[in-house]
Amino acid sequence: MIDNIVDITLLSLLAIQAIAIIRMRSLFAVIMLFSGFSLLSAGLFVVMDAADVAFTEAAVGAGISTVLMLATLALTYAPTEIDKKEKRSTHKPWLPLAVVVITGALLIYGTWDIPAFGNPDAPAQQHVTSYYLEKSLPETGVPNVVTAVLASYRGFDTLGEVAVIFTAGIAVLLLIGGRRREKPRLEKNGDKREA
Amino acid sequence: MDMILGHYNYWLVIIIMMAGFYTVISRGNLIKKIVGLNIFQVSVFLLYISIGNVKDGAVPIIEKGVTLYSNPLPHVLILTAIVVGVATTALGLALVVRIKEAYGSIEEDDIHNQDQSL
Amino acid sequence: MVTSVKHNLILRVVSKFLIPLIFLFALYVQFHGDFGPGGGFQAGVIFSAAIILYALVFGIDSAKQVIPPYVLRLLASLGVLIYASTGVATLLLGGNYLEYGVLASSQVAGQHLGILLIELGVGITVMSVMLIMFFAFAERGRPEMDS
Repeated sequence: MIDNIVDITLLSLLAIQAIAIIRMRSLFAVIMLFSGFSLLSAGLFVVMDAADVAFTEAAVGAGISTVLMLATLALTYAPTEIDKKEKRSTHKPWLPLAVVVITGALLIYGTWDIPAFGNPDAPAQQHVTSYYLEKSLPETGVPNVVTAVLASYRGFDTLGEVAVIFTAGIAVLLLIGGRRREKPRLEKNGDKREA
Repeated sequence: MDMILGHYNYWLVIIIMMAGFYTVISRGNLIKKIVGLNIFQVSVFLLYISIGNVKDGAVPIIEKGVTLYSNPLPHVLILTAIVVGVATTALGLALVVRIKEAYGSIEEDDIHNQDQSL
Repeated sequence: MVTSVKHNLILRVVSKFLIPLIFLFALYVQFHGDFGPGGGFQAGVIFSAAIILYALVFGIDSAKQVIPPYVLRLLASLGVLIYASTGVATLLLGGNYLEYGVLASSQVAGQHLGILLIELGVGITVMSVMLIMFFAFAERGRPEMDS
């Protein structure tokens, strides 16, 4: 019973933060709320017995993502603007709202048949999982099953993931690796050129 | 009542997912769109991890005397997904910086007005 | 644009105290990923967080003297190379690609060695890529200097 109450409390806090992010216009507040959202979701992962995932989400979401977003905010708004705000939208929200409500209703209809939360007989817990849980310690000698599966049984996926992060680093270097060039203003005979 | 007790967390996660989706499609500021995309990603991770949760199970680290563990397979998939998500976010933010340098603004309406071919 | 706050005494003293501890914790997470939560990704991100803290407090130029950008590019490639080479080494020793059992005398010892090597590769690459991205974002704000 206590587990359920903790789950509901954390999830409701997350939902309130998500709705606050939609409504706020100050971008600095939005980024800070997102950082708190990441940390709360890491807490929720711990409650659901996912220690590795909580670790990674806290380090990556509340750490690197927030730092990069703040750096983008500093680069895209002039330092003289004290309050970096989003512009007021001139479009009516009815069409996006309708799309979102219909998609949400379809998804909730889809979860009607999913086995209950925490059921040990659900199909997701059969087949390969029991093999990994029994055989990972004798075959690999590593007590942490997640590391054994990630590094040994599914090593190819991890190789692809390292390649993806390496490619993202190269792409960021290509896009914004050098110093920013100043735009040339007035050319000869006074005609302006745009860089 | 059993249905609600067994499914409440899926429904709450879907509400968070729709909040992120709404931010992506209805707001015009590019940084806010990327924040909305990240909210969407985190809610998908929550959905996967809650599918793998087992009631009264332990963290999947083998120890003496523990018989019931939570399912470790979704943890592995989500670990990869989180790292790929941060790579995508960093790339999106680099593109936002270049768009600002090219068009002078990061509001979608201003960019549309300046670039008639879009 | 990232300006340093090196004139703030409290930040300087506390970060000088904390940064070595953060490094130590990152090394612990890297090598104890077998016995507790942790592993290569988390350790790489924590490593880079320590250097980002140093850059925020003492300035980007000091951080670039600690780790020059060409070293970062080298390290990023080195991590992927270590990972892929472990697979090639198992190929040369007679097994399949990334079959760690053939690396050492017994199956279990080979698995331990293989997992250690690839987690090292993953940690090095993740640390370097996070730092490359941070330095790229921080450097873009400075206008180009005429030399």
